[in-house]
Amino acid sequence: MKLRGPKTVKAALSAVAFICALFLPYLLGPYWTNLLNDMGIYAILGLSLNIILGHCGLFHMGHAAFYAVGAYAAAIFSIRFGWPILWSMPLAGFLAGLFALAVAKPIIHLRGDYLLVVTIGIVEIVRIALVNNIFGLTGGANGLFITEPIRIFGQALYSPAHFYYLIWSIAGVSIFLFYLLQNSRFGRALNYIKQDDTAAEGCGINTAHYKLAAFVLGAVWAGMIGAIFAAKIEIVSPQSFSYGESVLLFAIVILGGAGSIPGVLLGAFLITGLPELFRDLQSYRMLFFGAAMVIMMIFRPQGLLPPGQRVYDAQVYLGRFPRAWAQVPGQSLRERS
Amino acid sequence: MIEFFQQLSNGLAVGGIYALIALGYTMVYGVLKLINFAHGELFTLGAYLGMTLLVSLGLSGYIGQPLAVLAIFGMVMGLAALSGFFLELAAYRPLRRSNRLAAVVSALGASIFLQNAIMLFYGPNYQVYPEQPRPSFNLSVYGLDIPLMRALMFLASALLMVILYIFIHKSKTGTAIRAVAADPGAARLMGIDVNRVISLVFMIGPGLGGAAGMLLGLYYGQIRYDMGMLYGLKAFTAAIIGGIGNIPGAMIGGVLLGVTEAMGAAYIDPGWKDAFAFMVLIVILIFRPTGLLGERTADKL
Repeated sequence: MKLRGPKTVKAALSAVAFICALFLPYLLGPYWTNLLNDMGIYAILGLSLNIILGHCGLFHMGHAAFYAVGAYAAAIFSIRFGWPILWSMPLAGFLAGLFALAVAKPIIHLRGDYLLVVTIGIVEIVRIALVNNIFGLTGGANGLFITEPIRIFGQALYSPAHFYYLIWSIAGVSIFLFYLLQNSRFGRALNYIKQDDTAAEGCGINTAHYKLAAFVLGAVWAGMIGAIFAAKIEIVSPQSFSYGESVLLFAIVILGGAGSIPGVLLGAFLITGLPELFRDLQSYRMLFFGAAMVIMMIFRPQGLLPPGQRVYDAQVYLGRFPRAWAQVPGQSLRERS
Repeated sequence: MIEFFQQLSNGLAVGGIYALIALGYTMVYGVLKLINFAHGELFTLGAYLGMTLLVSLGLSGYIGQPLAVLAIFGMVMGLAALSGFFLELAAYRPLRRSNRLAAVVSALGASIFLQNAIMLFYGPNYQVYPEQPRPSFNLSVYGLDIPLMRALMFLASALLMVILYIFIHKSKTGTAIRAVAADPGAARLMGIDVNRVISLVFMIGPGLGGAAGMLLGLYYGQIRYDMGMLYGLKAFTAAIIGGIGNIPGAMIGGVLLGVTEAMGAAYIDPGWKDAFAFMVLIVILIFRPTGLLGERTADKL
């Protein structure tokens, strides 16, 4: 038995990376930690959009609307009823999901560009509704100011380092869950719909149901992270949830690699990180960003890190052998070569 | 009642602008099945070019005010058409054979690029159009005061649309455009140069959009680098209302949208003005996805 197989090395590297990540806020200082927090939030939002856009292939450009519902829900519960934000997180997600269900149900059958334009319409309507202080709850153009910090076991979170641990733990959990989802029956069904939804329908996949489920799931996740965003930024206002924000999320998923978790993470890192590295060129950054989108689509439309080919071990799926047995031939092949 | 007719005339004038922009969307969609997201930015570009030329050229000293405005109008249309041509060449032609998502993302990228290029060049603030070329007096029609500019604006957009309609339906080139929209493959077999037709469509659309931009600048007196996004989205809504790919549909949709918006702002709530267009869009797509005049099929939806 060899001690230093590729798996051991991988595990050791992961452990080192994990320990480094734990101490990162102390190494980097508050400014860069804050940037890492933004990256984390965009990464989670990107992952939630990835379900809809990357896996299911629905052109959805209104993700900021769901994110806004979650952020405002958490802010309103915190201000009106004094609910701790961490507790209202699931509720924020639930309300965002409910909203997604209500708006997506009638439009889910629209294809391609039509869906794209309608979702842009939805994000604009939501923004205008927020500006107009809808139901007297949203505080108009100035937004809402949250006074109560997030508390975990009585410890108030206020510094970037605190948020770093919170956001990246949530990101870790999200990555794990979305990974499981991607390899589940549900994830495969979504991929099939993306490739060819008529064929998927023919194979007995209820496409409308699955598309709607993808929308709601993405919205729930965006709503929950919206609550964290609200607590972090302390002021929730309509301009945080504009059409431009939706375009940014769309770009994170598409440029990173639609349907690939590492791709979306890389997209979030690049799109939030690069502008900070080139601060001198601040005013040119959106210009470069637009040009990059065009150039990427011409030369690498699948994104920087596209998802790999799905590999199935038929024997496992047929249930003929236990998993451990099925892997034996593969291992012996590797040892022989 | 006077208020109603004031709002109606205002809605018609703004609707004319929407219709002019919507024509660009609908024609491009007709031949390429692509939403040209950058079209709204070409409209903005038209508005800025018009302002620059009006201020810097000083033509009115030589040929008089009305002629000078007309000449600059022509130049703006030409320059916008040229930008549309180059846009197609750079951002859309390389993607002709790839999937639709790639083309849509490229269009969005081009839109972001152009918007920021305009912002870097002209600055992020509102820019004021010169006052002199704007006729400031009112027409009195049955006791109703309508600003001359408003009437002229509606007439100008109506005239441009009539010219386009005749061009598309009577000329040989127009027939070629319709043929490519109906079936590019068959059109190629009939000896039509499809690439040339697409280039042409990308010049006509932005030309009209640029004209709309200058009209809007003259009408409201101020412009901003990011106005193309909202006008573009609304004009696209107008194109869908009329049935995408359908040229008379875009005209009717634009005017309908302008009037709906003016009435909604006047009688319901001005704060929600920008939301009406999108609500109409969603309702139309749910209940009549092919648009009011759309004859084309469900396979696109």
